[in-house]
Amino acid sequence: MGNKNNKVFDPEFVKQEMIKKYPAKVARKRAKGIVVNKIEGEDKVVPEIQANVRTIPGIITQRGCCYAGCKGVVLGPTRDILNLTHGPIGCGFYSWLTRRNQTKPETETSENYMPYCFSTDMQDEDIVFGGEKKLKQAIREAMEIFKPKAIGIFSTCPVGLIGDDVHAVARDMREEFPGTNIFGFSCEGYKGVTQSAGHHIANNELYKHIIGENDTPLDAKFKVNMLGEYNIGGDAFEIERMFNESGLTLNSSFSGNSSYDQFARAHTADLDVVMCHRSINYMAEMLEAKFGIPWFKVNFIGAKDSAKSMRKIAKYFDDKELTAKIEAFIEKEMAEVEKVRLDVIKRTEGKTAALFVGGSRAHHYQELFKELGMKTISSGYEFGHRDDYEGRKVLDTIKVDADSRNIEELTIEKDEARYKARKSEAELDALKSDKDFEMNDYVGLMPDSEEGSLIIDDISHYETEKLLEICKPDIFCAGIKEKYVVQKWGVPLKQLHSYDYGGPYAGFKGAINFYKEIDRMLSSKVWADIKAPWEQSPELVAKYAFNN
Amino acid sequence: MLLRHTPKEIKERTALRVNPAKTCQPVGAMYASLGINKCLPHSHGSQGCCAYHRSVLTRHYKDPIMAGTSSFTEGASVFGGQANLLQAIDNIFTIYEPDVIAVHSTCLSETIGDDMNQIAAKAKEDGKIPEGKFVIHASTPSYVGSHVTGFANMTKSMALQFAQKTGIKEDHVNVIPGYVEPSDMKEIKRLLKEMKVKNIMFPDTSHVVNAPMTGKYKMYPDGGVTVDELMETGDSSFTFALGQWASEDAAKGLDAKFSIPFDVLDLPIGYKATDRFIESLRKNAGVTVPDSITVERGQLMDVIADMQQYLYQKKVALVGDPDQMIALTEFIVSLGMIPAYVITGTPGKKFEEKIKQITKDVPYEVKVKAEGDMFMLHQWIKNDPVDLLMGNTYLKYIARDEDIPLVRFGFPILDRIGHSYFPTVGYMGALRLVEKILERLMDRYDRDISEEKFELVM
Ligand code: SF4
Ligand code: SF4
Repeated sequence: MGNKNNKVFDPEFVKQEMIKKYPAKVARKRAKGIVVNKIEGEDKVVPEIQANVRTIPGIITQRGCCYAGCKGVVLGPTRDILNLTHGPIGCGFYSWLTRRNQTKPETETSENYMPYCFSTDMQDEDIVFGGEKKLKQAIREAMEIFKPKAIGIFSTCPVGLIGDDVHAVARDMREEFPGTNIFGFSCEGYKGVTQSAGHHIANNELYKHIIGENDTPLDAKFKVNMLGEYNIGGDAFEIERMFNESGLTLNSSFSGNSSYDQFARAHTADLDVVMCHRSINYMAEMLEAKFGIPWFKVNFIGAKDSAKSMRKIAKYFDDKELTAKIEAFIEKEMAEVEKVRLDVIKRTEGKTAALFVGGSRAHHYQELFKELGMKTISSGYEFGHRDDYEGRKVLDTIKVDADSRNIEELTIEKDEARYKARKSEAELDALKSDKDFEMNDYVGLMPDSEEGSLIIDDISHYETEKLLEICKPDIFCAGIKEKYVVQKWGVPLKQLHSYDYGGPYAGFKGAINFYKEIDRMLSSKVWADIKAPWEQSPELVAKYAFNN
Repeated sequence: MLLRHTPKEIKERTALRVNPAKTCQPVGAMYASLGINKCLPHSHGSQGCCAYHRSVLTRHYKDPIMAGTSSFTEGASVFGGQANLLQAIDNIFTIYEPDVIAVHSTCLSETIGDDMNQIAAKAKEDGKIPEGKFVIHASTPSYVGSHVTGFANMTKSMALQFAQKTGIKEDHVNVIPGYVEPSDMKEIKRLLKEMKVKNIMFPDTSHVVNAPMTGKYKMYPDGGVTVDELMETGDSSFTFALGQWASEDAAKGLDAKFSIPFDVLDLPIGYKATDRFIESLRKNAGVTVPDSITVERGQLMDVIADMQQYLYQKKVALVGDPDQMIALTEFIVSLGMIPAYVITGTPGKKFEEKIKQITKDVPYEVKVKAEGDMFMLHQWIKNDPVDLLMGNTYLKYIARDEDIPLVRFGFPILDRIGHSYFPTVGYMGALRLVEKILERLMDRYDRDISEEKFELVM
């Protein structure tokens, strides 16, 4: 049933169609965020794309706010920090359980606040007279009822405006309750231009308030921190299984299925691996600068990339026994994966996909589609920066604008007492010289995407519709707000934030799940039966035949 | 246990909200705006609110929910959002071509003090609003009231900012359906048609948030009250306002401006409230009740009579919005069941009074709380359990922990379908509710009863 449109896919034409209707100023701005991909030379140089700039008012964006990135994304998956939203009720309500981070507390009675929503539910008088008093009282009540080991306070838009100082409140409360770590996040929704600002703020405060609290290392070999993995649909469980079965130790996770204690001992790890570069690169850099933990990029989405990532870790540790174990594990897993893949690819080969999501998944998931013989004709991030598109090589050329300047940039100093080089300079240099290894690097989405595919940052609703109308990909990946728009066009949409309540899709078992899921979505009968018999007039049928 | 930290012992809270039974004003305003034909809701504030509101409505309806946002940055938060809103209006009319943009504020724009009336006037002045197109607005700060308040505010705005009086007395009436599902709005329209009441219903989200699959997305589906109809509401002879919290303000506003008499009724959930609605229509719209409606009522009564034994004195915990809770509590009482706990997150002391009055003859101490939350409800249940829970999807955590059957009812329902298509208002809606309640209770009975007592016929 291949895609009849992709042979005429002309990205430049599609781009012009997307911006044609926009007011001149809007068209000029959007044109910079819509780029036809071109990969040049050994260094895989790609065209510049505009990213991480202000959303155009009224454009209908996918983007959310700083608070969502901080409280929802980074801190959301940690079960034993009581997350208290300081603000009117809505912000806390919407971020209550909706992101599908799974968690598995150690025991039946271990702390787990994730099914709860805590808010100061600010009222009129709090806005007028200030909300600090209510915030303090809310913390006292939380202490009395729940006695948590830690409380995080998350600021919403009005809080910053009325001048409540959540950090001062946290300080006071720490004094009042010395046994509990209480800290604040100035993650008002208007900060920055997307969720991304919130990731940064979350990284900063975790670093300031928890990291390094517990110097007792795990009694284990090959201790790895998994950074930028949020356990949607159980992804972290699968990665943990892979680690366990191949002789690695998960030291701490940022932050899928994580706990406070994991953060507290993060600095004792031997290695940091980074999944979602966008949301957590700050932490990787800080842990390296202060404690000497090297980091590199991995990708556990896609079986091939999972295997590659495992091998990178093996190479890093350079231990014969570990390498053998990892190789054996990969071999065993890949056999299962291939069985399913070879069956599914019969039905997926040659089909097309479009991916617009987040700050890493629009890249990572292309790998899974490649494994199914599918082509990604268009992709883009919702809150990526230029380095997430073009690679970290462009970091120095990114202009810091007023919106980014407002986000605190911590100055990190080497912790003389606790800094420990995990590798010699020479060893690190060797790893860095291997381009494929991406030591301290991220190549970005564009060098890994199809030549000639259309890269769109912060795709608008209008552009989404144009893409569907002109290109009609066989499958579309985005979020809940886009899902039913796309499906009304008769194109199945896979949510890559929530996974449509499925998953895991990470690792080897995840790849199998994803193959089967895409098979189901593409093979489903419903799309072909949308029209009633009487709606399919002979005239229309003749027209289709003519077009072919 | 999912809610493992909820203790049986109840401690007073004055500042900490845990597991709310309400959300914020704009989401209600957004939903109401979708009930206008060819209208794009617009959220004046940071983009996060809009993303959240669209998401929760999308999850609830499993249908596209479109809305614009002013996308405030830190600068806009300090200097005011006028420039952002003007730009948004221009962009929306150019790109998305709605007939109406319905702007609601957020906590942020309210705290800043943006004057939407003035901004809308400026947009008009600057020629940013094309001929025959409209911008309406409602003030919806979330630190006041709840999503229900937001719905009420936008409903009032759509009436008062469009309605005109031409002086020609029309024979139609206004019907404000309240914060109910598209299926309910459709059912109310059906009842009005059966009764031959010429009416303008607003807002009307039927065929907007439950649009058909056609193979082509339509940004503005066919449903919704039209601008012309909204303009004519000023000529109506009467206003029926269903649900005091959601609809009273709009009815009062129309009365104040155009002297249109009105009746504020409970939502027609259950037969008593539906009876009152039908009676009011009979009296105030001057129509007779057709046999078809009497038959529907009779069918409902028949089922209730047949199944009494499975309902009698079963204890129910109810949580939801005030208008829904008031009507539902009355229905539960009339079914012979006991509404042991009734909670709404929305503030309003009169809620508690009303529930107390409805339940005064119930042979059981009924606990009621406005501005309550689900944490408190859970604690009550831990102290004295119930047979059935009724409320939104978040109750499933309590249902599972405490092993109590759950009937999903209200907003949001994030994990089941049905509410878009099958009403709970009117006699037929009541029948559906009874069916759902019985299904849960009887499945539970079948699950728990000993083998020797297991029944084939029930
Ligand atoms: S800031 Fe106000 S309007 Fe926005 S989500 Fe929070 S409560 Fe709702
Ligand atoms: S008020 Fe601010 S923090 Fe809350 S949802 Fe809206 S943008 Fe986000």
